[in-house]
Amino acid sequence: MADLGRAALVTSFLLLVYALVAGSFAAWRSRRRLAESAQNALIAAFASTAVAAVVLLSALARHDFSFSYVADHTSRELPLGYTLTAFWGGQEGSLLLWLLVLTGYSAAAVLTARRVGREVLAWIVPTLGFVGTFFALLLAFVSSPFVTQAAVADGAGLNPSLQNPYMAIHPPMLYLGYVGLTVPFAFAMGALLARRTDERWIVATRRWTLAAWAFLGVGQLLGAHWAYVEIGWGGFYAWDPVENAALMPWLAATAFLHSVMIQEKRGMLKVWNVLLVVLAFCLSIFGTFLTRSGIIQSIHSFTQSSIGPWFLGFICLVTVASLALVFARLPLLRSKTRLESLVSREATFLYNNLLLVALALTILWGVVYPLLSEAVTGEAATVSKPYYNFFLHSFGVPLLLLMGIGPLVAWRRASLRALGRTFLWPLAVAVAGGVVLLATGAGSSRIGVIAYTFSLFVLASIVLEFVRGTAARRALGGVGWAGAFSSLIARNRRRYGGYVVHASVVLLAIGVTGASAYQTVRESRLKPGESMTVAGDRLVFRGFESRTESNHRAIRALVDVYRGNHYLGRYTPGKNQYFAEDQVSNEVAIRHDLLTGGDLFLIADQVNGDGSIDLKALQKPLVNLLWLAGLVFVGGSLIALWPDAREERRLVERYADATVRI
Amino acid sequence: MTLALVVGALLAVACAVAVGLPFLREPAVSDDRLVSPDELERRRLSLAEERDRALAALKELEFDHRTGKISDTDYRELVGPLRRRAAEALRALDLRAEHAAEKRVPTHG
Repeated sequence: MADLGRAALVTSFLLLVYALVAGSFAAWRSRRRLAESAQNALIAAFASTAVAAVVLLSALARHDFSFSYVADHTSRELPLGYTLTAFWGGQEGSLLLWLLVLTGYSAAAVLTARRVGREVLAWIVPTLGFVGTFFALLLAFVSSPFVTQAAVADGAGLNPSLQNPYMAIHPPMLYLGYVGLTVPFAFAMGALLARRTDERWIVATRRWTLAAWAFLGVGQLLGAHWAYVEIGWGGFYAWDPVENAALMPWLAATAFLHSVMIQEKRGMLKVWNVLLVVLAFCLSIFGTFLTRSGIIQSIHSFTQSSIGPWFLGFICLVTVASLALVFARLPLLRSKTRLESLVSREATFLYNNLLLVALALTILWGVVYPLLSEAVTGEAATVSKPYYNFFLHSFGVPLLLLMGIGPLVAWRRASLRALGRTFLWPLAVAVAGGVVLLATGAGSSRIGVIAYTFSLFVLASIVLEFVRGTAARRALGGVGWAGAFSSLIARNRRRYGGYVVHASVVLLAIGVTGASAYQTVRESRLKPGESMTVAGDRLVFRGFESRTESNHRAIRALVDVYRGNHYLGRYTPGKNQYFAEDQVSNEVAIRHDLLTGGDLFLIADQVNGDGSIDLKALQKPLVNLLWLAGLVFVGGSLIALWPDAREERRLVERYADATVRI
Repeated sequence: MTLALVVGALLAVACAVAVGLPFLREPAVSDDRLVSPDELERRRLSLAEERDRALAALKELEFDHRTGKISDTDYRELVGPLRRRAAEALRALDLRAEHAAEKRVPTHG
């Protein structure tokens, strides 16, 4: 079967090379049948990559240890679910997932991109082929998942931190996001190569970009929750380079989703938008490079390999070629429109863009600096939490405020009187909230009070937007409040879906602030019967219990939690000793308080030979709003992504003559 | 091994057919050039985008006015130029459509 996998990957490689070379020639010499043939090659590459994926999945399911990949990442005792998710548990498998998603996206994008224009599509195909060729080359000739060996009796097992239900969903989500950014990149490059800088590429990729961005956002939140429940240090985001690798393209894509609206509404920022698409794509490749190259030490970077130079070369090539193309097409990208006022919706979008890109670039510098310093001086400098926190506060807090200001400001320009009227209620809510926060002792953290006050301002402005919009629609007559509300959202899904996403970011900000600025941490060595107190909760250690599972031995501390005299329950933090992997993992215990949104987080830091435990307890107020934010984020993204029949009809009419006819 | 060989061969053949399909379907064609919009069509596209942008801006302006984000004075100042822009784009599109129709229907006698 390994032969079939190898043959399928070589076939994918050849098809993608064909899509690149024949597609480029067809677009350059304007050859219709050759262009169609290149499109078909791209679609066929998905089919052959899918065959390779099925071969690997089948080898995993059969515990076929003649596949080195299967032997290195699974064992006979590993439960079937984790055995299958080991598909992306190692480098070769995750690269195969990359190629599978990429060719799948490419096939779908090409099949649904009729509106973009045949001459643009002809250039999109080789661009997608170019990216696909790189990954197929790595898989077929450099880092194949189909390397075979003499079959061993049992495999080495899977990294214990990857033996978690989130493993099934977090990496695929991130990949759908990372790889999805290839589509807007390919369409932007296709439009520039074809010298068509109208809005067709933007209209065609609107949903692709939004979907990729949403997947990347959800993937990161799932990763944060995974880290929270699995890694066992009590946090959810550690500014780890691999975590940053996913955040950077998401920030660039967020900036693009905002600035592209200015291009659609005002015909401005064409160069900036193309640059953002290039930046988001390059950062997504850079993220994969960080995770896969083994260049950095990270809990998420579980591979060491020699593919780093390949990635570095590819990133350099893509960056230089894209920038050269943008530079060559500058005359076509000039805008006739100018910003009318610095106090307008488009101006707030511009400020938001500058802050988002500044945040992405400072994080990039934080990630790259240790690598550069190691290359130059031989010693890796450390960029730690204070650096990132400083820039998060410097750029993130004003961004939060802008989320509240933007919706209140009109397009084109806004007078002081109109601003005074629209800002009145949100400001009043924020000031009142700030006073209450200070009165209730929240002033212990200055950044906490600022973040909460700004959050209240944003939430009030979002609610006000819905209320005023519904009232305005109702005033047109014929509908009640509910009808006016649903019609308001249905008529502008992107705007109101966007506001729901903004609300999710506010929930996230409240959760992060609560869990970081206001958390309480206590550590103590306890013998059975002894207790400790954290933020009013009394924890009594009763002793240990242990049990043996199929692939590990679990030891658990029995901790009874009381609030006053009220018994809240027994919680069991502990450790797992994995046999095949010969590794120990921390297994935390968490008490969720649904009323307050906070968590009591228990870590068995050390299980001592004398029967005592080093117990660490964290009280994290409002942390559950973070996970609630994820649900709201998905809801907002779905509203924004939902097709709008009215808009579709308008676009059909607009592009009637320019649509590709097959 | 045999199954793998058969599946591999089928995959290779299917891919080759898919890639060759445009040439198999049309072995000889009189015109193999990619159709791309001419200057007139590109102008129409640009006008249609301009029209949609102006109409959307008008809608936004009306909505911002109704929700109190735009004062009456600003509204009066902004609405005129926007209406003119939309009207110009609509007129130019109509003219172009008339020209296109005249081209399609040649006059006799």
